[in-house]
Amino acid sequence: MSEAKPIVAVQNLSKSYAHDGNAVQVLNNLSLDIPEGEFFALLGPSGSGKSTLLNMIGGIDRPDSGSVEVAGTDIVQLAEGALATWRANHVGFIFQFYNLIPVLSALENVELPLLLSPLPKKERRQHVETALEVVGLADRIRHRPNQLSGGQQQRVAIARAIVTDPTLLVADEPTGDLDRHSAEQILDVLGQLNQEFKKTIVMVTHDPRAAERAHTRAELDKGELSGLR
Amino acid sequence: MRLFELVFLNALRHKLRSFLTVLGVAFAVLAFGVIRTMITAWYAGAEAAKPDRLVTRNKVSLVFSLPIAYQPKIEQVPGVVTVAPGNWFGGIYKEEKNFFPQFGVKMEPWFRMYREYVVPPDQWKDVLAERNACVVGRKLAQRFGWKLGQTVPIKGTIFPGDYEFVVRGIYSGRDPGTDETQFFFHWDYLNEAIEKVYPGNGNRAGFFVVQIADPANGAAVIQTVDAMFENSLAETLTETEKAFQLGFVAMSSTIIAGIHLASVLIIGVVLLVLANTMAMAARERVKEYAVLKTLGFRGWHLASVIGGESMLLAVVGGTIGLVALLPLIATLEKQMADFFPSLPIDPLTFVHGVGISLAVGVAAAIVPARGAAKVSIVEGLRRIA
Repeated sequence: MSEAKPIVAVQNLSKSYAHDGNAVQVLNNLSLDIPEGEFFALLGPSGSGKSTLLNMIGGIDRPDSGSVEVAGTDIVQLAEGALATWRANHVGFIFQFYNLIPVLSALENVELPLLLSPLPKKERRQHVETALEVVGLADRIRHRPNQLSGGQQQRVAIARAIVTDPTLLVADEPTGDLDRHSAEQILDVLGQLNQEFKKTIVMVTHDPRAAERAHTRAELDKGELSGLR
Repeated sequence: MRLFELVFLNALRHKLRSFLTVLGVAFAVLAFGVIRTMITAWYAGAEAAKPDRLVTRNKVSLVFSLPIAYQPKIEQVPGVVTVAPGNWFGGIYKEEKNFFPQFGVKMEPWFRMYREYVVPPDQWKDVLAERNACVVGRKLAQRFGWKLGQTVPIKGTIFPGDYEFVVRGIYSGRDPGTDETQFFFHWDYLNEAIEKVYPGNGNRAGFFVVQIADPANGAAVIQTVDAMFENSLAETLTETEKAFQLGFVAMSSTIIAGIHLASVLIIGVVLLVLANTMAMAARERVKEYAVLKTLGFRGWHLASVIGGESMLLAVVGGTIGLVALLPLIATLEKQMADFFPSLPIDPLTFVHGVGISLAVGVAAAIVPARGAAKVSIVEGLRRIA
């Protein structure tokens, strides 16, 4: 692990879910630091709590106890409205199934997060075009998701995630729904974002090839972190 | 792009479903407009009543008449300007289905009082000169193709006999909504016929229309007229022309209440249709709402998108319904001329139509919008669309 200042600091995080009347412990007193500029891969079997941890770091789920500091802000303490604003400004999400809005073009999907900013239309358009250029889809801006391949859709999703220039990118199985070639392309883009644009990336994956692209890998099993390397 | 564009795009996702929903709203608003127009037409007689006109009739019932000798006595009451007797004739022109209102009236005072019925001066001279002349409304003449000088045979029912009237005047309405479907003839002609068939039963009027100088003085005139005939064989009941007309409307109050109820039910049904559409749409898009929330959109953003879509469908449907109301009412006006002299669309009907559309749009969105606003991101992302 790098000695750089941690941009993500998770302390004593616990989370359980109720299932059939029983509490299932998903995360158990977990602590983790991720330095700024890191490409961090979280591995582990299904149900190990990888996505839950990612959701906590991304501010879309709340722990039972513990703290999650991202860029100096303890996001667990933020109220819902403030947390939504924080997400809009600081986190870019990349999902396994892209989660694009089907009725919007690539340009409009990427523009969505910017609608919450005070930017005028012209500037929003410039940001969107830049983001789509970074992922290599400048020639597909008018295409709707159903007119794009899976890999292209995921690249649009990455463009949507980076268009606000967030502090942190969180990716949940970004190659999980792609063929090998498309997966390689996505990993190339993520690597480029990390190397050229110094984006901190936290990625959950099952894919050993994807994990190999990360600088740091950790395994999560039964709610506890192990094998940090 | 702005968020409201998503409203349009969402509304077009399921084109058939949106089209059918819009059509449902359009039909409902159209039905509401037709019902409201008919109710307005029901009250048209009362609305056309003038404040300076009173009607005096037999206190027991309109079925019973009053002696014509009351006319000069009423004329003597301070504040009274003109008195005109009238009789409902209720005859049949060729077939029973050819119904139209027929009155035997004293022409000169009658048309002096009813300034809204305009008879051309050259025709008016002929009307007064001929004892079996009649004056017919413009729409009535159009309906049966009557021309000036044409003889109109009418079979009496209340006053049995075969009557022949000559069209000498065709009146037009001065004001919009004036009833142009009435038929007036000389009261004296009717009186002579009654005397001939039933000697000793003539010289009676079904009612008197009384014009007063000052509408503010109406209550005093009413009191004086009715007091004058108190304890006589034919006591009178005098009321304003509007109250007199509303008395007829009141006879149909149950029907009108039923029609009102039907319009409320129609609106209720369309509310359910739109609410169902919006609920289905919101349920299908839970995952998208979760994604939008992930991106930083708040609950009220999602509620606005859903509410906007609901209102868009409702307003488009409502507008189509209101636009379609115009030709439909024009057609109905021709088809239902026997029942309604005119079917004017009250401007308020358009205001209510738009208001109802907006209200239905808002109401239909409440539940799905609340659901979307509260959707948990984690749960929503797990949902398979």
